[in-house]
Amino acid sequence: MKSTLKVSLGLAAGLAASTAMTGASKAEDLTLCWAAWDPANALVELSKDFTAQTGIGMKFEFVPWTNYADRFLNELNSKGKLCDLIIGDSQWIGGSAENGHYVKLNDFFDKEGIKMSDFVDATVVGYSEWPKNTPNYWSLPAFGDVVGWTYRKDWFAKPEIQAAFKEKYGRDLAVPATFAELKDIAEFFQNREIDGKKVYGASIYTERGSEGVTMGVMDVLYSYGFKYDNPDKPYDMEGFVNSDKSVAGLEFYKSLYDCCTPPGASNSYMGEGIDAFKSGQVALHMNFAFTWPGLQKDESVGGDKVGFFANPAGPDGEKFAQLGGQGISVVSYSDNQDAALQYIKWFATTDVQKKWWSLGGFSCLKAVVEDPTFEASQPYAKTFLDSMAIVKDFWAEPSYASLLQASQKRFHDYVVAGQGTAKEALDGLVADWTEVFKDDGKI
Amino acid sequence: MSAAAHSVVEPSVTSKRVAAALVVVYAVISMIPLFWIFATSFKTPPDSIAYPPKVLFTPSIEGYCNLFTTRTRQTPEYINSLPPATSFCDETTRKRNMVIAGPSNFLPRFVNSLVIAFGSTFCAVFLGTLAAYGFSRFKVPLADDLLFFILSTRMMPPIAVAIPIYLMYRELGLSDTALGMILLYTAVNVSLAVWLLKGFIDEIPREYEEAAMIDGYTRLQAFRKVVLPQATTGIAATAIFCLIFAWNEYAFASLLTSGTAQTAPPFIPTIIGEGGQDWPAVAAGTTVFLVPILVFTILLRKQLLRGITFGAVRK
Amino acid sequence: MRGAETPETMQDPSGKPVVTDTTSTILDRAAEAAVRATPDSLATRVRGLSDKTVAWIFIAPTILLLLAINIFPLIWAIQLSFTNYRANRPNEAVKNIGLSNYSRILNDADTWAAMQATAHFVLWTILLQTLIGFTLAYLIDRKFRGHAFWTTIILVPMMLSPAVVGNFWRFLYEPQIGLFAYVISFVTGIPPTEILMLSSVKLAPWAIIIVDTWMWTPYVMLICLAGLRSIPDYIYEAAEVDRASNWRQFWSITLPMALPFIMLAVLFRGIENFKMFDMVNLLTGGGPGSTTEVASITLKREAFEKWRTGFSSAFAIILFVAVFGLANIYVKVLNRVKSR
Repeated sequence: MKSTLKVSLGLAAGLAASTAMTGASKAEDLTLCWAAWDPANALVELSKDFTAQTGIGMKFEFVPWTNYADRFLNELNSKGKLCDLIIGDSQWIGGSAENGHYVKLNDFFDKEGIKMSDFVDATVVGYSEWPKNTPNYWSLPAFGDVVGWTYRKDWFAKPEIQAAFKEKYGRDLAVPATFAELKDIAEFFQNREIDGKKVYGASIYTERGSEGVTMGVMDVLYSYGFKYDNPDKPYDMEGFVNSDKSVAGLEFYKSLYDCCTPPGASNSYMGEGIDAFKSGQVALHMNFAFTWPGLQKDESVGGDKVGFFANPAGPDGEKFAQLGGQGISVVSYSDNQDAALQYIKWFATTDVQKKWWSLGGFSCLKAVVEDPTFEASQPYAKTFLDSMAIVKDFWAEPSYASLLQASQKRFHDYVVAGQGTAKEALDGLVADWTEVFKDDGKI
Repeated sequence: MSAAAHSVVEPSVTSKRVAAALVVVYAVISMIPLFWIFATSFKTPPDSIAYPPKVLFTPSIEGYCNLFTTRTRQTPEYINSLPPATSFCDETTRKRNMVIAGPSNFLPRFVNSLVIAFGSTFCAVFLGTLAAYGFSRFKVPLADDLLFFILSTRMMPPIAVAIPIYLMYRELGLSDTALGMILLYTAVNVSLAVWLLKGFIDEIPREYEEAAMIDGYTRLQAFRKVVLPQATTGIAATAIFCLIFAWNEYAFASLLTSGTAQTAPPFIPTIIGEGGQDWPAVAAGTTVFLVPILVFTILLRKQLLRGITFGAVRK
Repeated sequence: MRGAETPETMQDPSGKPVVTDTTSTILDRAAEAAVRATPDSLATRVRGLSDKTVAWIFIAPTILLLLAINIFPLIWAIQLSFTNYRANRPNEAVKNIGLSNYSRILNDADTWAAMQATAHFVLWTILLQTLIGFTLAYLIDRKFRGHAFWTTIILVPMMLSPAVVGNFWRFLYEPQIGLFAYVISFVTGIPPTEILMLSSVKLAPWAIIIVDTWMWTPYVMLICLAGLRSIPDYIYEAAEVDRASNWRQFWSITLPMALPFIMLAVLFRGIENFKMFDMVNLLTGGGPGSTTEVASITLKREAFEKWRTGFSSAFAIILFVAVFGLANIYVKVLNRVKSR
């Protein structure tokens, strides 16, 4: 019996030790959760100043985009204490506000004199407000982001390519003004031999697991005339989501996928897009603006070889771009809320925001982006401003995850797997979304 | 090799040769993916994505550098202003216009894997041995229904089990803790452990203990001094099974752990470079993660085989 | 098949004699347990704890743990399956909605599509693994020199983490830079850019079958090997005397006698692959479209992405009942085959 006891004691001690070991982090350190991407590395650099000023250490938990929503929504829903600060995606705001994951920041903003009117309006609505268009703030706009395009300026400038393009399409090879022109260009480059290498037309979003294909399709749908619901009757989607214009937009996206993407690009999102463009495989590259500073700096395709343009127009001349980007919020389960608020206060100052922009972070502060020198500060700065002027976002409802899952399935089934027609996909989407809103008691 | 099997009907030499050739061909083909993981871990990132795939290449430990560090991109001017590089990793990173920003999360995740896998294996085998002895030697009401039911809990898809566990752990504060994972893996493994060990203990003649008890041992002493030594092989076989499960488990770990207690399997697929996956680093992580289990397989293959065949014939 | 309680000596592939009880079934076990009696008289004679106490102390922790971590959550899940509960909406009232989760699942075309994808995966992996696994076992049973070594080599893939290895197969399957496409194109002459294992609706279901077969054929092989080695020599000797051809011996002795083992291997692989999540999740994530979305992936999306906890609990219960029911029917058939 004695040794059995000893064994069980040892066991208990071992268990205690193992929890102590893995749970050991200094209470005064802050953990910031975000996606694993270039801007996150820039934020690590930026935050060194915060630690130097306050003595508060910073730890970071970065997760790749494809797991980002999955992991952190799981973390928030399980009331986890891992993150003190979280830079959460714009669509999470509804659920996080209603379910108490985030600390409401109104009082803090008032006390510290942080004014939301100092930030770009679209980002305040997109990242901070819930309910939308009401002065209830749950985060501070941290990183402005929007879908746009990069292209190979050096290929566009080659005389022999320009000549071949003109011969085929009867116009000069230039940045496309409409999506139809964009497809011509992509088709033109597809399978073309450039510098002894076979290249492809365009890298577009096709990812299934998180939000990729939706983020891509939506850019085209908005510009083709898609609306989420009846402006006069919220949640009435019949004839708006699945209008003839939306059907044409979805068919366009599929034709672009079928004709002009690199082989095997059936599950491609931000990371795969960066890889495709950097390895010189594609002429056009759809991606969020955050990729631009990295591509501009790249040894092989950066500098003069890369150009940027905002989403082109749809058939009726309408131009919209899918909003990305995030606000920074304090997690209500955190034990270090005061220090976390201190970080936000520091982050909101103009000097820090200026440095943030210089390190490659897309600041949302008007003092930064409306500065007369801003447009000329980087080759992509103007494209960023143009794009931010035409943003639209996906549903930010508390049920956003269900709504997104439905669109991921319908879009991927149609665009990549080629099942059914565009009309069927969008009709199905209306049915799915209606069901979600019915379950929520909104209709 | 064996005295008993097929003594009269020994296969002909030709059939042996053909059999040997086919088996070797299969074995070699099935090792190619593993060889490729190992080889990729020693490639540079450009070599790893070269077309056609490179079989011959200059080995580099860049993948391992990238596995254990995080890096930030810097301007060449900034890098030139730094003091000279102190290690090979420093040097390679700088060649790619980056500097090492700090250690990556791989090591803590690996340590979590060690703690959780060994902790839960120990608990499962400990509890399983006791329970198996209990079921084997004492009249337990409804013992067989109970045993079958215990085992049938393994038929639940892990995601199905994870739903209520998730809710329960959230209430108890066990989410994302090593203790929570050890408890869960122990519960999953103990059913198999009881089942396997009962078979092993059933084989030990009960007369041994009875004799010991007549000699003045208590039941517990008899269990410890007579039964346990006889059951070592069985215990070892069971432990390996539990360990392999806990070491390789992904579904529970990916749903119930986050930053604190996350194990290596959900972490390795999230190792990315500046774009998509950094394949040499992923391969390096995979190699480091596979080595312990490979060593186990080779060292303890006898017990392992015994466990598999034994478990098979018992059910 | 043979006398009920005769353990046979067999060789495991590493050459160690192993005692196995090939015929014990669940029913036999029940009978054994009934016959067995605890020596009560003995217990009272020795000092120390009574046997009853010892039994209780030994078994209770396991039972408690299983109650806490298996049974209680299961009951909770059953209860949740009749509600509209969502784990991400703690502030919302939970409504009892009766069987409507169940009827919604069973009338949902997506559920059946997932079931179909699962069935395709389970059936083909079982077929391939049984064919290749049995063949390998049969070949290894020729006992050529070094067969123990090669057996160990063949076993390696099944020891590895399906998630970690499945993730790496994504790299192997890449068109152009992936080894798999390159080798196939080298053999067949099809350009590697057309071998889209993970992008093509036609090929993706086979991509997951190939990886699973690669990983788990060794397991089937091992069980088949145990079966082959359990066949006593005297039966072959008798057949030799009767001058039965090798072919006839195979069909009338080897296969029928190894059949219960093959069936067991099929059962284990069937259950495991019905539950399949990790490897497929990392390799295809259910794509392209929903082509490889097996039941567990659908379940994960419902439970941990859409957070329809009540709904997904009902789905989980349906899956559990399905696998449990099928396994029980199968075990009945298996017992009949064994006792033939």
